[in-house]
Amino acid sequence: MSSKLEYDVIVVGAGPAGLSAAIVLAKAGVKVIVLERGKFPGSKNVMGGVFYSDCMKGIVDEFPGKAPVERHVIEQRMWILDDGSSVGFNHRNDLFNKKPYNCHTVFRAKLDRWLAAEAEKAGALIINNTVVRAPLMENGKVIGVKTDRPDGDVFANCVIATDGVNSLFAKAMGLRKKIKQDAVAIAVKEVIGLDEEVINNRFNITGEEGVTIEMTGSYFSGETMAFLYTNKKSVSLGVGMVLKDVIENKINPNDLIEKLKKHPSVAPLIAGGETKEFLAHLIPEGGYKEMPKLVGNGVMIAGDAAMMVDAIHREGSNLAITSGKFAAEAYLEAAKNGDFSEKALLPYVKKLQDSFVLKDLKKYKGVPELLQTNKRLLLKYPKLLNQAAFEMLNVDGVPVKDKEKLIWKTVKKEIGIGNLVKDLFKLWRNMA
Amino acid sequence: MHALVFIKQVPDASQVRVNYETGTLIREGVPAILNPFEAHAVEEAVRLREEYGGKVSVITMGPPQATEALKECLSRGADNAYLLSDRVFAGSDTLATSYALYEGAKKIIELEGEVDLFFAGKQAIDGDTAQTGPGIATRFDMPLVTYLMKLDEVNIDKKEAVATRLTEFGQETLKVPLPAFFTVEETLNELSHAPLPWLIKAAQTEIKMLTGENVNLDREQCGLRHSPTKVKKAFTPEKRQRGETLTGSVEELTQKTSDILVPFLKKEK
Amino acid sequence: MAKVNEITEEEKEALSQYKNIWVFVEQTGGVAHSVSFELLTKARELANKLGCQVGAVSIGKSVSHLAEEAFKYGADKFYYIEEEVFKDYRTEPFRDALTKLVLKYKPEIFLIGATTQGRDLSGTVATELRTGLTADTTKQEIDPETGNLMMTRPTFGGSLMATIICPKNRPQMSTVRPGVFKAIPVEQPKAGEMIKEKTNITEDQIVKKILKKVVSSEGNINLGFYDVIVSGGKGMGNKENFHMIKELADLLGGTWAGSRKAVELGYVPQSRQVGQTGQTVHSKLYIACGISGAIQHLVGMQTSDIIISINTDGEAPIFDVSTYCIVEDAIKFIPKLIAELKEKNLTPVKK
Ligand SMILES: Cc1cc2nc3c(=O)[nH]c(=O)nc-3n(C[C@H](O)[C@H](O)[C@H](O)COP(=O)(O)OP(=O)(O)OC[C@H]3O[C@@H](n4cnc5c(N)ncnc54)[C@H](O)[C@@H]3O)c2cc1C
Ligand SMILES: Cc1cc2nc3c(=O)[nH]c(=O)nc-3n(C[C@H](O)[C@H](O)[C@H](O)COP(=O)(O)OP(=O)(O)OC[C@H]3O[C@@H](n4cnc5c(N)ncnc54)[C@H](O)[C@@H]3O)c2cc1C
Ligand SMILES: Nc1ncnc2c1ncn2[C@@H]1O[C@H](COP(=O)(O)O)[C@@H](O)[C@H]1O
Repeated sequence: MSSKLEYDVIVVGAGPAGLSAAIVLAKAGVKVIVLERGKFPGSKNVMGGVFYSDCMKGIVDEFPGKAPVERHVIEQRMWILDDGSSVGFNHRNDLFNKKPYNCHTVFRAKLDRWLAAEAEKAGALIINNTVVRAPLMENGKVIGVKTDRPDGDVFANCVIATDGVNSLFAKAMGLRKKIKQDAVAIAVKEVIGLDEEVINNRFNITGEEGVTIEMTGSYFSGETMAFLYTNKKSVSLGVGMVLKDVIENKINPNDLIEKLKKHPSVAPLIAGGETKEFLAHLIPEGGYKEMPKLVGNGVMIAGDAAMMVDAIHREGSNLAITSGKFAAEAYLEAAKNGDFSEKALLPYVKKLQDSFVLKDLKKYKGVPELLQTNKRLLLKYPKLLNQAAFEMLNVDGVPVKDKEKLIWKTVKKEIGIGNLVKDLFKLWRNMA
Repeated sequence: MHALVFIKQVPDASQVRVNYETGTLIREGVPAILNPFEAHAVEEAVRLREEYGGKVSVITMGPPQATEALKECLSRGADNAYLLSDRVFAGSDTLATSYALYEGAKKIIELEGEVDLFFAGKQAIDGDTAQTGPGIATRFDMPLVTYLMKLDEVNIDKKEAVATRLTEFGQETLKVPLPAFFTVEETLNELSHAPLPWLIKAAQTEIKMLTGENVNLDREQCGLRHSPTKVKKAFTPEKRQRGETLTGSVEELTQKTSDILVPFLKKEK
Repeated sequence: MAKVNEITEEEKEALSQYKNIWVFVEQTGGVAHSVSFELLTKARELANKLGCQVGAVSIGKSVSHLAEEAFKYGADKFYYIEEEVFKDYRTEPFRDALTKLVLKYKPEIFLIGATTQGRDLSGTVATELRTGLTADTTKQEIDPETGNLMMTRPTFGGSLMATIICPKNRPQMSTVRPGVFKAIPVEQPKAGEMIKEKTNITEDQIVKKILKKVVSSEGNINLGFYDVIVSGGKGMGNKENFHMIKELADLLGGTWAGSRKAVELGYVPQSRQVGQTGQTVHSKLYIACGISGAIQHLVGMQTSDIIISINTDGEAPIFDVSTYCIVEDAIKFIPKLIAELKEKNLTPVKK
């Protein structure tokens, strides 16, 4: 029993990144062990719940197949909230109703479990309830991991660290600095139970169809993103705020969600529902600039552990899956020469650079900082936008022309034309 | 040494909530767990194995999902896990359950050899009956020790054990011949953190299936139909209403409260 | 369901042989457990409805003196076994002796206290008799249509109540927790009939030997005896703060208790735990200090007449069952309350 535990690859953390790596490796006949601290994969994992299908190619080709998905998204809404009002944009498209569906709403507790079962089917060994404490090093190379269990050292050619936003591993390796308070958001989420019929009526959808709403705006005092996604018999409602703002404004994240529930645009959508679950988690929002070094001798980092989240498009799990797959592929190439040095693993980085993962992250690299330094974008514009919409739509005998004037006057007073032009230009440069 | 532990998967009762409007239980999202007492039973059995050698088997009667609880026992160090599952068991009360488990246990003895110590939890937190263990012991006609607090001595060769159990007035220490049946308290031991190799072995151990096909069953003693007790109705307890919230300054509050309490004051001589 | 419960003529004939209600009189060293009298009171009430008799049954080395008390609480007959082998309770001989008595006298209903001993015994006897047993019941009624006993019990830690029947097997057995029913002596007690039984169980047939008994001083506190209970939870902060709980209890002529968390934290001995895995109480006054009111706690105390709760969290679930809600820091509030009560207590005495 007490003989040395040896594998080809150790995957730390059974989230989407780790499990996709494990599936690709196991399918290629690699002896892989996945170590997960939760009671089961997904037990501690949180996400809003939009999962893009495309990334599953080469992992589980027939997706969704039997995977536990809730609804496929046919309409996406974007709302800007101010006190008592909202301005929004909707996009519903027939194309979203064509298979293969672009994205689904999911529950991570179910999805991760299913992915784990797929990994086990492929031959990966998944061990739960086990916390990886530190890397085991020899001559500057990672040779395994130390876990919190007795007789808990495990050895391997290579470790793939996919242990999420708090990645102990990336920190212990010195690959990552301490996360900055403005590079991570704290998110809280509630699952609110509602009858299927009620959801279908409120969102004007049928059976399998779903709607997502992304929200931001001056309703909250800080850099905040909120969401509401439809599941089969519930909606997921959540809100995230950059940690720095949470601390500076002394905000209790639980109050944020309570506040969100009261907004007149949100309240009717969840009326009569019952909270079934309450979850909280961190989201890495620093983007490209906060990414750690991705490879070392005998180690690769993927998913949230590598800060691979596209905060603008609420994407994360797909980046996690794709990066996990790339890490596995890089391992397979390196294995041909039996060399797992940093240099031999570099193709991993190259794959990321050539794909949407790093391209998208690079493209939006300025946005997080822009939003933090220029509070106008977050706080004043939403207010103005809501005021403008009200002025334009409210019939009160004032000629439309005068209303426009009034709006401009307010803009000039509140922001100044020069600033407006500058902000618009910056935003355009960072997002386009 | 061969120990057999009867384990049950239960909904985490501390997370079950009541919907008073509909009078039903909200079970959705309530995780299924290994009944807490059984974790200690497995722990004790595994300790004995580490000391005396031999093996630990576990059995549960339940639906296929109960394999989760069996897996947990394997992770805690059990060697074999058996799932006794068949449609005929549906709706069993404790008498029918103890019958099914008795037959299942006999099959395990046939497959794995004689058992020295049988363990069950003190009670299951969903039903709280504490009857299944005594029921099985009675069917085997073997000495029963309920509310086990400590196994002071186990002598496999002499087939004897000394055990301390909880009583209404304290504790008593008993000497019993083996095989014997123990139902255990949580205070029996501290749960330990199993070594990683055990978890790895557990992940690679197959759960063995017992059904009406391979277990010798008298169907006249199984399931809802042959359970003497029947649930006539289930309902949520009447909810007491929230009473008056006392308000005012601390002085006012002390005044108001002490006024309420005056009738209860112990009369000084 | 209807089919399952349908009873054939043959079965009816068999069932009709069973009559009367039995109560097991649990005793240790010749002293009866209070639950026995609570059950006799209940049995008397049910017997009056059914028009049958109440039998008390006791086993031990010396138990005949318990008959008088049993009659006082409504027993018509006292069945007993007095033999040396029954000096201490042991499952197997008690099981065999009791099973034999039941088979001989065929009671229709058999009630046993849900004590550690009662739970140990009832499960084995019911299995020997191949009859149903309903544990921890809180309500016993006779179904006017069928004459069956309807036994109501909490499940899922008290979140759900289930009414259970045992239509085709006899006796209908159930256990009842101490404190659930009140023991009330009958108005005009009659000297009932004493029936002595014998067994041929000998010491050498009994494989289980008692080596040692430890009676803990805290072991036998029965919270059910007290009209006033002052109970503390985790919110009391530490063990020392329980001094004020004890003092308040003392002032009110009651006793003190705690929640399971308070027990786990070592503030309170397990023997004073209220709730699902502790004791059930029906006090006249229950004061909950720093207790959140988890369902497992509520099932043990929510039938008390007056409940006063002190908790810093105005939304604590304990308030949902409280007669008076006090949103205060218990650690600061209780000493003030004690001082105030002491003053009030002195005033009438001085007069
Ligand atoms: C509120 C919220 C909403 C989101 N919404 C979306 C969305 O709608 N769509 C989307 O695509 N993305 C979304 N994301 C992002 C997405 O959840 C993540 O990007 C994704 O989960 C990253 O996957 P991962 O495998 O890298 O990490 P994780 O899913 O975090 O998995 C890491 C795993 O490692 C385990 N672990 C951690 N440390 C250790 C250790 N020391 N030892 C062993 N195991 C360890 C953890 O238990 C966990 O299972 C959201 C995130 C949040 C918080
Ligand atoms: C199978 C099972 C059986 C159980 N059986 C029982 C049982 O028999 N009995 C039982 O009690 N529990 C039982 N429990 C545990 C139960 O679920 C709760 O965990 C327990 O009752 C909580 O105890 P508590 O109220 O003391 O602690 P907590 O829930 O932690 O509550 C402490 C309370 O104190 C308040 N507080 C804090 N500081 C102060 C202050 N200074 N002044 C006033 N208020 C303050 C807080 O607001 C809080 O409401 C059982 C659980 C399980 C799973
Ligand atoms: N279905 C079952 N399968 C295996 N063991 C069980 C089952 N039901 C009860 N037990 C065992 O009997 C104990 C008492 O259960 P209960 O009588 O339901 O309170 C439990 O703690 C288990 O050890």
